[in-house]
Amino acid sequence: MISDKHMDKSKVSQDRSSVFVKRKRTFTLAFIIFFALFAISAAVAEYDVIGGFESIPKAVKWMSANFVPDEKAWSRLPKIFEKLSETALVSVAVTVCAATLAFFFSLLGTKTTRVNPWIGRIVRIIAAFFRNVPDVVWAMLLLFSFGQNMLTGFFALFFTTFGMLTRTFIETIDEVSSSCVEALRATGASYIQTVFHGIIPSSMPEIISWVLYMIETNIRSSTLIGVLTATGIGNLFDLYYKRMDYSSASLVVVSIVVLVIFIEMLSNKIRKVIM
Amino acid sequence: MAILEFQNVSKLYNNTTKALTDISFSVDEGEFVSIIGPSGSGKSTILRCVNRLVDATKGTIIFDGHDINRADKRELRRIRTKTGMIFQHYNLVDRLSVIENVLHGRLGHKTTMSGVVGYYSEEEKERAFEILAKLGLSEQAYKRCDELSGGQKQRVGIARSLMQEPRLILCDEPIASLDPSSARIIMDYLKNINETMKITCIFNLHQVDVALKYSKRIIGITSGRIVYDGPPEELTKAKIYEIYQSSEGELITDDIG
Repeated sequence: MISDKHMDKSKVSQDRSSVFVKRKRTFTLAFIIFFALFAISAAVAEYDVIGGFESIPKAVKWMSANFVPDEKAWSRLPKIFEKLSETALVSVAVTVCAATLAFFFSLLGTKTTRVNPWIGRIVRIIAAFFRNVPDVVWAMLLLFSFGQNMLTGFFALFFTTFGMLTRTFIETIDEVSSSCVEALRATGASYIQTVFHGIIPSSMPEIISWVLYMIETNIRSSTLIGVLTATGIGNLFDLYYKRMDYSSASLVVVSIVVLVIFIEMLSNKIRKVIM
Repeated sequence: MAILEFQNVSKLYNNTTKALTDISFSVDEGEFVSIIGPSGSGKSTILRCVNRLVDATKGTIIFDGHDINRADKRELRRIRTKTGMIFQHYNLVDRLSVIENVLHGRLGHKTTMSGVVGYYSEEEKERAFEILAKLGLSEQAYKRCDELSGGQKQRVGIARSLMQEPRLILCDEPIASLDPSSARIIMDYLKNINETMKITCIFNLHQVDVALKYSKRIIGITSGRIVYDGPPEELTKAKIYEIYQSSEGELITDDIG
């Protein structure tokens, strides 16, 4: 009996040391692979590492000479504000519309509330499709059907937001609401009652938190989409940039950054209150 | 009179995993029955077959004269209002107040629309406060459930099921997450409900000693089969070892004596 235990012990310590050796080996290997990947891809892309770093001071110098908002740029501030608020409001509208639709759509996709497993799977696939086509690609595709106007940008953002939110809502509902849904079903509550009394109250804070995050993201991406669709703040940036009015263009960028930071702070406040 | 009857009930998960095999038993009105058995032996599945949170694969389950497996949607809702359920993790809507959670017990009695808008009659509200008072939760009525202790949460769970005016309460490990003193309070309340309100109670329990102390009848389950069904006095040590498929000295209760 005692010798048995002793043998066990020596075997355990052997196992233990081999675990550490294995971990060391994995780390070394991972590091080598990481470095090799960098070297190979740099070689293929003909990326000059040293040259890249050397050009940084020059770039900074040029940017500080050209991208500082001057007198003329500040006089354009009202115009910038107008376009910026337009873009921000469109982003909010897109997110809210997409979120409403995504919520009801996600109910079909969750393990907790799905009608049957096949529909659940289809919902997840549809959501993955909408999410994984980048919004810029959506914008380019939709340009053919809607032309250069607000609607194109709206739908481009709508599709990615819808896909993204459907997925996060599915995960949230499965994580937060499954236990109370089970209990409500057991009391004899109908499907719609469990949605309104179980899922909505229990998962609403998380859902709002995701919607706020998507509003931030959408303001950022709507800038780029605006360049393509010739609307909003993106168009204004494009205009100034092409006129080589870099100081005004930079003021546009700065104002976008300020707005996004402001929205971020605001939504953090909201999150604190609702959690 | 039998309120619940299992006739040769079997349950397969994913067409392969056998959860229950040929389970037959019947429970009379007003009984206080404990089901014991190792984890994964099918205790929870039995309870969930009663209110069809899980559908039995084979066999018949009769509750209050109705064949549960044949019930349509409306019938099923009616059956569910007659069977309360209490969970190990309480399964409350944590962000809502105690009183709202208790009133959820009425949803099954309502039409979908009046349930959705949360319309509760004055009598229902009064009844909810009465039940809360009976369970010693009057002061907590307007608190959010996530502010409560485990024992208090479980009492809210009991209140919710009592709001249903059930004839049967299914208790799925009601005290498994509670400290010994809260566990005792919960068991005493349930015993009291069983005796004074004549509501039938079926328990899943891990604590053999609790089952022996409180219930008048014990059902032992091992790998989906009933291996014991009788009064606690006749549940010998040998039988307990058989239920848990272990030998002497391997159970925690062996050391305590």
